[in-house]
This record gives sequence, C-alpha cells and structure tokens, in this order.
Amino acid sequence: MSSEQPAGTLLSVENLSVQFPTPDGIVHAVDGISYSLDAGGTLGIVGESGSGKTVAALTLIGLTRTQGATVTGRIMFNGRDLLTASKTELRHVRGDDIAMIFQDPLSSLHPQFRVGSQLIEAMRIHRPITKSAARARATELLDLVGIPDPKRRVDQYPHEFSGGMRQRAMIAMALSNEPKILVADEPTTALDVTVQAQILALLERLRSELGMAIIMITHDLGVVAQIADHIAVMYAGRIVEAADARRLFSAPQHPYTWGLLRSIPSLEGPRGVELVPIPGRPPSLIRRPSGCHFHPRCAYALPSHAAIDPPLVDAGAPGHMVACLLDAAQREAAWAELRAGGAPEQARIAAGIEDDAVEPTEVAG
Amino acid sequence: MTSYIVRRLLWGVLLLIMVIFVTFLVYFLLPSTDPAILRAGRDASPSVIAAIRRDLGLNHSIIVQFWNYLTGIVFHLNFGYSYYYNDPVGGLILNRLPATLSLTVGAAILWVIVGIPIGIISAIKRRTFLDRASMGIALVFVSAPVFWLGLIALFLLANDIGRFHVFLGSGSYVGLTTNPWRWFQSLILPWMVLSATQCAIYARLVRGSLLQVMGEDYIRTARAKGLPERTVILKHGMRSAVGPLVTVLGLDIASLLGGAILTETVFSIPGIGRLQIDAIGHGDLTIIQGTVVIAAIFIIIANILVDIAYAFLDPRVRYE
Repeated sequence: MSSEQPAGTLLSVENLSVQFPTPDGIVHAVDGISYSLDAGGTLGIVGESGSGKTVAALTLIGLTRTQGATVTGRIMFNGRDLLTASKTELRHVRGDDIAMIFQDPLSSLHPQFRVGSQLIEAMRIHRPITKSAARARATELLDLVGIPDPKRRVDQYPHEFSGGMRQRAMIAMALSNEPKILVADEPTTALDVTVQAQILALLERLRSELGMAIIMITHDLGVVAQIADHIAVMYAGRIVEAADARRLFSAPQHPYTWGLLRSIPSLEGPRGVELVPIPGRPPSLIRRPSGCHFHPRCAYALPSHAAIDPPLVDAGAPGHMVACLLDAAQREAAWAELRAGGAPEQARIAAGIEDDAVEPTEVAG
Repeated sequence: MTSYIVRRLLWGVLLLIMVIFVTFLVYFLLPSTDPAILRAGRDASPSVIAAIRRDLGLNHSIIVQFWNYLTGIVFHLNFGYSYYYNDPVGGLILNRLPATLSLTVGAAILWVIVGIPIGIISAIKRRTFLDRASMGIALVFVSAPVFWLGLIALFLLANDIGRFHVFLGSGSYVGLTTNPWRWFQSLILPWMVLSATQCAIYARLVRGSLLQVMGEDYIRTARAKGLPERTVILKHGMRSAVGPLVTVLGLDIASLLGGAILTETVFSIPGIGRLQIDAIGHGDLTIIQGTVVIAAIFIIIANILVDIAYAFLDPRVRYE
C-alpha cells in the first residue's frame, strides 16, 4: 500500500482526464474526476450516455490506451499508478486484480469459442494451472453464478445461452481469478427487468461472499440504489455530485441529480407524481457549454452560470460533494418543493431565483 | 448435417445439368464452322463429311444430341471426342490437370502465406506508413492485369529473355514426376505472378475483416481478460475473420482449377487453360464444352465444401 492511500482504500482515482483527438476536435471524454473505492465497497457511477463513465472505467485497466487517448491524472492501485504502469504490468492487473463485465452480454462473449474454454483461458493467463483443473474450476464458477447444469453448459457455445445466462457466464469469467475489483459497465441494461434484478442480487451476493469491491456503472439510479454504498453522478465528463447512497437519495444537491431522480418511478414517494424527463440532450464533449456545463439544460440557471465553472465543493455532509452555483439554502428549498411533487418552475420560485434569469435552451451541437 | 450435404449434392447435380445444357446450347447456336468440316480436313469430299456427321451424331436433332452428350458425361464420364486431336476430351483434360493443379495450389499457398500476414500487419498498424505503403502496393497489384505482370516478370527475371537471368522462363514446365526440381523452378515465376494479384486481394480482405472484428465487444472482453495483444489478434480476432477468407479461397482455387488461362498462356504451361484457349482457336467445340463443364464442377464442389466448412468454423451455423 502506498503511504498516500488511506488504509482500507483499494483504488483511488485522482484528477483523471481522458481526451481523444478526432478530426472534429478534441473529445473531452473524462475531465478531471477523482474518487476512491474501499476494499469490499460498492461505488455507483451514474450518468447519461456520453457522460464519460464508460471511458473512465475502460481507462482504469488501460483499454483506452490502444485508442490513442491522452490520459492524465493518477490511478493508484496497490501502491502504484496504473497510468504509468507498463503494458505488461497492466495486462497482469487486467482480469486478475481488476475484472470487467460489459453492457451487452450477447456480444461480449466470443461466439466461436465454448463458454468453458473462454473461462479456462481467463484463468490460465494469470495462473499456472492445468487445463483439467481450470475446467473443474470453470464448472464450479458457472455453478456459483447460478447457471443450472454447469457440467453440460461448460461445453456449450454462447449462442446456446440466454441473455441473462450469458451475463452470468461473463460474471463467472470475471470472477475466475478472484479479482479485488469488479467493474460492471451497465451489466443489466440489455436484460429483462426480472433478469436485471437477479443479476444485481447475484452481484450483491458475490460481493459479500468473496469480499471484492464493485464499481457499478449505470444510467439508472434505480440500479445503484439497490447495490451501491457510494454514488458519483457524472455529467459531461465530470463528477457533479458524489455522496453516500442514502444521503444522495435523501438530500440530493445538484439539479442534474434531481432530474435523474425525478425521471425514475418510485414506489415510496407520493403517488401521482409525474415523471419529468431532463430537457435537451447531453452536450457535445468536443464543444462543451461554457461555465457550468449543465446550465443550458438547468431549470435553475442564472445568466452568470454561463460564465462561472463551479468547482466540486463540500455539500454539508461527510463525503458529500457537489458542483453547483446555487447556494445551499436555494438548493434545499428547491429540492423540498420537488420532493413534494412540485414542477421545476415552482421549485425555482420556492428557491427564490429571480425571474429575469435565462430560459433553459437546447444545447447547440 | 448429412441430409443437408445430400440435398446440396442433389442441387449441385441439377445445377450442373443446367450448366451443361446452357453451354451445349450456346456452342450449338454459335455461328461456327460445321464441326464435321473442321474434322474432315482440307478439301474433303461431301460424302466423307456426311460420314463424319453420322459418326459424330451431328445428324440427330439437338435434343437427341444433348441427351447423348449428357448421358455420356453422367454415366460414362465421356465428354465426347475432340475434333482436332481426335482423342477423348475427358482424357485430354485429365492430362492437363496436373499442370493446372500445380500452378493453382502452389500459387494459393504462396498468396495465403504472404497475403494474410500482410493484411494482419496492415490492420494492426492501421494508418501508419507501413499500412499505407502495403495497401498502396496492394492496389497496384490488384489493378495490374496478370498477362501484363507475367510479361514484365519474364522480361525482368526469365533466364532466356530476362534482363536478369534468375528463374526459368516461359515454356520450361515439366511434370512433377518427370523432374521435381525443374518442375519447381519452372513454376516459381508463374506462382509469383499468379499470386501477386491474389496476395493483394487477400491482404485487403484480411485487413478489412480483421478491422471490423477488432471493433467487436468480445475483443474488448479478450483484452479485459489480460490476454497479450498477440493472442487477442491472432486467436480471437482471426478466428472470426477467417470465415470470409475461406469462402473466397475456396471459390478462387476452384475457378483457377477450371483453367488459369492468362497465366498458363503467358508461361506456356500445358494446363486446362491452355487447352481451352487452343480449343477456341481450333473451333474444337467438344473441348470447350468439356472444360466449361469441368470448371462448373469445380465451382459447384467448392461451394458445397465452403458451406460445410462454415459449419465447422462457426458453431452458430447449423444445417438442418
């Protein structure tokens, strides 16, 4: 462990930025994010498509290197910086210490290799074990992730598995070397709701049984609510709010988080509350809006917000950070109104934001 | 699987009969000299010509002639008699087959072992100088006609007319069993010329299909597992990219076996292609028909083999 990492911290990402040069300009996919993950903890990273959450995850294990990305910052793991690690060092971390599962289990397994042989391969890169021992372990793993009849399944091809089973097989593969961290990139998005719940329950069970940490990347706050103990909300390549899961759901501070919360149905809140989508589209990561990147879609924006770039600051509870230009009292009043079922316009009045403010406008390209 | 193969074979036979019919019809309707006159030689008397017509069965109706031709092929492997050589066509083709086979198989090995690695390297080093250079050269070879390349090769490297006397030149072919070393030497230039174009095509094909495959999610999975990049490309990438290659390779080899006309002509290799081109010169209809039918048989068989190979290459493909 590095002396710079607090005890119990497994991974700390510091000021990570990832940029891709393209013919249209530089894509600022990830723009200075920092977070840390405790051993055995679960971090949820939430954001819309194009918020940079997947790129941030791929960068952890160096998978954006091959795409010509410019990466700065630090990714401290096991006392060393993964960003400066050599190709070979990084390769030994991948799939061994840090494993990853992906959004689409249908296309993430190689269609022309047997499921068992893909698992065996994953083990034998990192461990000097015999084929037959690896095979026995593969069968065990399939059993562990709840695939019925694993002895037969181990010799089947991915197309003989259902979507949920393929994701289970992916998870089995990720677990094969007992990783310290499992990065799950939208693991349930491509699955039916019932299967989603099963996969989440499985991940939760595996986390507590095997003591690994999980980074759960999703656009769905409902998913992280079930599994994460800490949540970071990303917008346009930045973390705009981070907090304990409970705190984030009870006292969210960022208008974007409010938008995410109000766009998911809740069984517990007042009934008859309409789901409100966030207007507009995620901004271009090549030409980002000035000032607060969220201001063009924000119902509470003031003209000055187009000029000032809000830093991530303390938001009144341990570990709770927010990057918003509204003051604490305004945010509290607005959220109270929203939580009671009020529309954003009412919340705006409740927060005492003067009416000469800018109207939310669509982001241009 | 077995029922699929049987069904494909039956379709193949039907297709073959159709090909035979069409070639038969085309050459029957072609405004050519009466085969009997060709056969009879100079200044033959009308009675001799009439006798030959009777011998060849040319006095029957076209339907009967076709029937005789078809049953001859199907039941006796008899492709008729050459008007010009006065020999059975089947035997003539069989005699020429080893030369064409030598040329095709050797060239195919060469273009596979050269073209595929170039394609792989080009895909990995995409947009680098190496990629652009090899794809640029490939474009030149794809566009260059084989007869032109062949002549250039001869003028440059043949030991008779060449600028540098390196390889055996045109007309030096001998059978493998006669003199293996000379056989090999005589085929070096033809192999190089025939495979140059194919190399280029295969390099581009491999590059394209590998680039497409390398964007797949399961390649990302392979990398996330911690596999070395070499394994990712050669095992996971090529496993998927090899499919289209097999298709093209099967059909290419089949069509060359039907006669590599240009290469065989430039290098005077006594193969099926030469037989064909000479037959056209002589108006030797039965040989032309015979070689076309043989070529069709090769293509049909290659198609079936390629489809069967697919079932082994891709577990998702199942033939009911």
